[in-house]
Amino acid sequence: MRFKTASTPHLSSPDTVSILMRRVLWALIPGTAVLTAFFGIGVLSNLVLAITLCLTFESASLALRHRPLRPFLSDYSVVVTAWLLAVALPPLSPWWLIAVAAGFAVVVAKHLYGGLGYNPFNPAMVGYVVVLIAYPAELTSWVAPLGLNGPPPTMEALASVLGGGAAEWDGATAATVLDLVRTETGRGRMLSEITMLPVFGWFGGRGWEWANLAFLAGGLWLLQRGVIQWQIPAGMLASLCLLSGVFWMVDPEGFATPLFHVIGGATLLGAFFIATDPVSAATTPRGRILYGMGIGILTYVIRAWGGYPDGVAFAVLLMNAVAPTLDYYTQPRVFGHGER
Amino acid sequence: MSRSDPPLWRFHGGLKLSGHKSESTGLPVTEPPLPQRLILPLQQHIGRPAEPCVSVGTRVLKGQLLAAADGYISASLHAPTSGLVESIEMRPIPHPSGLSAPSVVLRSDGEDQWIDGLTDQDSAPLDAIALRHRVRAAGIVGLGGAAFPAAVKLNPGPQRILEQLILNGAECEPYISCDDMLMRERAADILSGAGLLCRALGVARCLIGIEDNKPEALAALEAALAASPNPGVEVRRVPTIYPTGGEKQLIRVLTGKEVPAHGIPAEIGIVCHNVGTALAVHEAMTLGRPLISRYITVTGQGVATPRNLEVRFGTPVSELVAACGGYTERADRLIIGGPMMGFALATDEVPVVKGSNCILVASNQELPQPGPVMPCIRCGACTEVCPAGLLPQQLYWYARARDFDKVQDYSVFDCIECGCCATVCPSRIPLVQYYRYAKTAIWAQEREKEKADLARQRHQFRLERQDREKNERAARMSKKRAALEVSDTGSDSKKAAIEAALARARAKKAGVRSDASSTAAPESARIPETADDRARTEKP
Ligand code: SF4
Ligand code: SF4
Repeated sequence: MRFKTASTPHLSSPDTVSILMRRVLWALIPGTAVLTAFFGIGVLSNLVLAITLCLTFESASLALRHRPLRPFLSDYSVVVTAWLLAVALPPLSPWWLIAVAAGFAVVVAKHLYGGLGYNPFNPAMVGYVVVLIAYPAELTSWVAPLGLNGPPPTMEALASVLGGGAAEWDGATAATVLDLVRTETGRGRMLSEITMLPVFGWFGGRGWEWANLAFLAGGLWLLQRGVIQWQIPAGMLASLCLLSGVFWMVDPEGFATPLFHVIGGATLLGAFFIATDPVSAATTPRGRILYGMGIGILTYVIRAWGGYPDGVAFAVLLMNAVAPTLDYYTQPRVFGHGER
Repeated sequence: MSRSDPPLWRFHGGLKLSGHKSESTGLPVTEPPLPQRLILPLQQHIGRPAEPCVSVGTRVLKGQLLAAADGYISASLHAPTSGLVESIEMRPIPHPSGLSAPSVVLRSDGEDQWIDGLTDQDSAPLDAIALRHRVRAAGIVGLGGAAFPAAVKLNPGPQRILEQLILNGAECEPYISCDDMLMRERAADILSGAGLLCRALGVARCLIGIEDNKPEALAALEAALAASPNPGVEVRRVPTIYPTGGEKQLIRVLTGKEVPAHGIPAEIGIVCHNVGTALAVHEAMTLGRPLISRYITVTGQGVATPRNLEVRFGTPVSELVAACGGYTERADRLIIGGPMMGFALATDEVPVVKGSNCILVASNQELPQPGPVMPCIRCGACTEVCPAGLLPQQLYWYARARDFDKVQDYSVFDCIECGCCATVCPSRIPLVQYYRYAKTAIWAQEREKEKADLARQRHQFRLERQDREKNERAARMSKKRAALEVSDTGSDSKKAAIEAALARARAKKAGVRSDASSTAAPESARIPETADDRARTEKP
């Protein structure tokens, strides 16, 4: 009798890249749903556009690189990229804005570097940062949370997505809370005063605070399922809390509370979904702690003193650049080699 | 268990795998029918092949020596039944390469008659050296799978102080249950063997480590220990985590000590043997029987009645499966060993050998063929599970790039090839294959380098010798001239003539040798892409 042969080991766990990425997508759903509840249909229009455009760019890149479409499209990694872009960009972003972000994310940040597994920088964050630098006005005016500053976006607003964008539609927009904190404290206003503004909710931005908690829930589920490991989120949140805590204790009217920093902005989305992108992160256990801590510190520094309202995207990209170095200096102790 | 469990340590990583042991432990161990022909490879162990001491046509009795150990690291081979030596020829062996190797083919005469004089041995307790000699004479090798000659492990060298013996009954790989059955059925004999091993090593303490998924084996050994108490021996229940059964891992779990990298357990005062080896030692000492059979698990959804068998070495795999009701329709892959470290064979027309512990005939459902290989996404899952504390994805990266310096910097030689990393890899990368490839290529490079160094040295010697000869000739000539001048035919010229003759002989010899060294061609090394390729590049 003849038998098939294969190399050892003959066992394999059922988890594939495709399954892992799909789990990430499942975990993104609660946060996205909350965002939609607060910011309206614009979140979904972002999502549809981003996924469609990213898939298009991915297919085109794969075709140009003579790579098979099926295994690489069915790994869902590009959908995760698209989804992260969609929730990072302001709701009701016009199609061209999303196209620019998606193009940079998929074509430049991913495929020019060699495709899945080879990109040193987080594609979604590259796309986001490019449009943030190129179109700061569009990026910083968020749709106001529902029930604030007038009526919710309508179909008319949705139509603007396919046209020029928010400029055509004079619906209600509002600065993000981080932006407000930065600009208003810059003008010398007291924090206790600023946080009384209507865009503030219980602990952070109205709407975003609940979305962030939902992202936290999704992230914890990913942790529990072993899709991500604890080191990066823990490092990032710990360093962010520590640093913001110190400054807040020194000057509570000039610096926001650690709770505000964690719940406000995109911190939790970043900690569990963006910083944990395995391809561009550090991979050794100790390296990941340092990597997460670096992101937390940089996020705080950019938020407190930088020129941009939120620092997560820049912090992630900066730490991407040092990830290989971190890996090199944090190699684990090999069995039988004594302490390093 | 009544007593409180003593502390245990743990090692990094590892996997919790479903055991699949119960499939093959339901039935008592039996012997399959006596095969007509036994095929006994001369090398069933680590080390040099045994040297045949019978010739074609010799009639041998069961237990008779067929081939003697050749050198220190080697093991003797005995006839598993009585019969006729039919041939000594190349036969396919159970090896991932699918290669053939010299084997003794024994046709059984159906009598199964033991050789005389086995039990007629002096009953006085043997000392350590005599014990070691008898272990060696019985052809005993480590039965956990590695098949390293047991007598060598019993001689750790004079400068090492040993503290304890560890008996490995962990059996951590899924599906394999032969040690489990052995401990259930032969607990007292295993303890007797442990005592003998302790005596041979000069240690008083013995820990027996058994994974907690084998409660029956634990109970059997505890009962046997209660029946003949020995204060130095302890049975320890260890958690079921693959690869606890790895020698270094089990030592770590039981003692908290780490065997130094590239070192052996004796360096930290420990010698580790498999429970099956202990039983073989018991049989050799008390019954005088050499190692001619062992327990083997035949299991998997491809076998009609999975169970354990006591099998004579040399029995073809096909006959073992037949003894277990034959193949089912689902039989898809034949694996010698377990699903983690065992190797797949294309044919069942190979014999089982001393190191075979399991025949796994797997269906496609239980061991699905892996899907397409994707790029590494640096997820770190492999790092999490690596029991050696390595960075498998970095190793993979450098092995693929053929950067062998870097591969060694990342400690490729500390990889125990347990397969944990490849099992969890979501990109389905055959990581272990890359490490084997890198190791093989590095070995080949080193051999090449040694050869080159040797050749360079020889060339150097040759130049020096030619120089010296020229000088000598010149000296002789001048001496001769001087001798002619004084016309004294004394002893000097005779000495010179002898010397010249010697020099000529030396020159001839050296010339021949340096010619021989230049004929060896360099081995090619390449990245294995398929299992077949891997097998070819693997170190035999
Ligand atoms: S498990 Fe596989 S995909 Fe993940 S880092 Fe290791 S080699 Fe890469
Ligand atoms: S096969 Fe080697 S690298 Fe992979 S987990 Fe085992 S020891 Fe680590």
